[in-house]
Amino acid sequence: MTTATMTATTAPTRRVGPVAALTQTATLAWRSLVQIKHNPWELIDLGIQPIMLLLLFTYVFGGAISGSTGDYLQFALPGLLVQNALFYTLSTAVGLNTDITKGVFDRLRSLPIARTAPLSGRVVADTIKQAWAFALLVGFGMVLGFRVETSVLGVLGALALLVVVVLAMSWMSVLIGLRAANPEKVQMFAFSIMMPLTFTSSALVDPRTFPGWLRAWADLNPVTHLADAIRGLLIGGEVAAPALVALAWSAGFVVVFAPLAVRAFRGRA
Amino acid sequence: MRYAIQASGLVKLYGKTRALDGVDLAVPQGRLLGVLGPNGAGKTTAVRILATLLRPDGGSASVGGFDVVDRAHEVRSMIGLTGQYAAVDEMLTGVENLMMIGRLLGLRRAEARLRAGELLDRFALADAGGRAAKTYSGGMRRRLDLAAGLVGRPQVLFLDEPTTGLDPRSRTELWDVVRGLMADGVTVLLTTQYLEEADRLADDIVVFDHGRVIASGTPDELKATTGARVLEVRPLRDDHLPLVSQVVADIIGAPPALTGGRAVASVRDPAAVPAVVRRLDDLGVVAAELTLRRSSLDEVFLALTGHPAEETAGTGTGTEIEKKGALA
Repeated sequence: MTTATMTATTAPTRRVGPVAALTQTATLAWRSLVQIKHNPWELIDLGIQPIMLLLLFTYVFGGAISGSTGDYLQFALPGLLVQNALFYTLSTAVGLNTDITKGVFDRLRSLPIARTAPLSGRVVADTIKQAWAFALLVGFGMVLGFRVETSVLGVLGALALLVVVVLAMSWMSVLIGLRAANPEKVQMFAFSIMMPLTFTSSALVDPRTFPGWLRAWADLNPVTHLADAIRGLLIGGEVAAPALVALAWSAGFVVVFAPLAVRAFRGRA
Repeated sequence: MRYAIQASGLVKLYGKTRALDGVDLAVPQGRLLGVLGPNGAGKTTAVRILATLLRPDGGSASVGGFDVVDRAHEVRSMIGLTGQYAAVDEMLTGVENLMMIGRLLGLRRAEARLRAGELLDRFALADAGGRAAKTYSGGMRRRLDLAAGLVGRPQVLFLDEPTTGLDPRSRTELWDVVRGLMADGVTVLLTTQYLEEADRLADDIVVFDHGRVIASGTPDELKATTGARVLEVRPLRDDHLPLVSQVVADIIGAPPALTGGRAVASVRDPAAVPAVVRRLDDLGVVAAELTLRRSSLDEVFLALTGHPAEETAGTGTGTEIEKKGALA
């Protein structure tokens, strides 16, 4: 086996153009969304857990916490929106991890497509699902008696802020999804982060009732600021200050977790 | 001669483990190279490097003339990959899985649908095309996975243990598909733990062990490399087996393996057989069976790797060797 071998050229490899990359992202987002066509119940599934929490918190704890279920609903719904959105980032992690463990990820990476498409496609699809869950929860809340005290613009602003912050925090989920050994570990690991993170904030109760040390943390907790901003956008109150802190936290999340996630992503390469 | 796949001195390290320790490969266009070896020998690592999924820590490789690191995009444009697991999206239907790949490869929706239909027909999945892949049997998933690897009409196909875990019938069906692809001129690199699979499909075989290529050649060449024939003696009376073992050991200088009431040993010197016969006759041992045959690929493999064989398990059409103590 000596004769002429094909000579490898030295020209740099071709890159995927931006239009093609967008099309590929759209195709992979479609892949995540088309499942809904087969199983329309998934649309309801997206809402079942948050609606159950909404009902439980409102009717079980509402009276005890706020003196009336109506008052508590008004307070807690914005917080539940935040909590649900953060928990939903787990599905990005679980989906990514499932693709990796099942080999779908390798198949995609062996194709001549943009390296980021498998990631961006999933995130785009999950963002669309987030928006749906937001609408479902606000709608159901209104059936129970929740009143938007601002305007349609306020609601859209709340959705926009939530999506931006959640996208930033998704980098953490992406990192977990890429690093975890299997989807069950993702669930466990991510749950043990998200659960305390959302409960030690102003999402569901007023942190002024916390002991001092916990309150100090709650004041720092990005979930507090996000929940306060969303609350302001939906039922009135301060928006700018908490929104800015939440966005600053988001920037911090991107700075810390995006490079780690990209490294983990490359490490899979 | 043009090589569709070429690798020289490939090294891949995982911590202190040398998953690949200087591997050279050369597959001429249109040929099928069978890569044989136990679990952990480095077969999958080699495939992942050649398919641009993994960067080598040393050495270089090219597919279709393109370097797998520097010209990865071009390599990806000409390869198809089918892994150990059926890498299909279980929630999508067969048609959707294939359409997704087609769309990602830049086909228009209608083209992608057409291509998906062709492939489903070819792999006898047309009836199941509208069902979610999670309802498929193991064999159907593998066929869908292979179809997914073929959407882009690859010139070079990597099949990483494509039949592991399949029942004999599905395995034979997959072999037919691979033969069909070879008839189309596709170059194939197939890894397998099944010696029979390599024997039936491969033009050339390389044997991997501990990240190195320890032998290569055509199946026939490999069978001839050890230069040995296999002597099997089964005494009529079972209690004579130790005696037979002693005789064979005396004459060929190494104790034979004892399985199924037989003494089995590889023999290089043709004079050994009559000598064994004479000694047994002197001792009054009657042989119910006494054969001298060419080594099977299994025995060549064992001779080459030097690992003690685990019990070989029949799987209908072939035999497989399971190895213990191999790297995970």
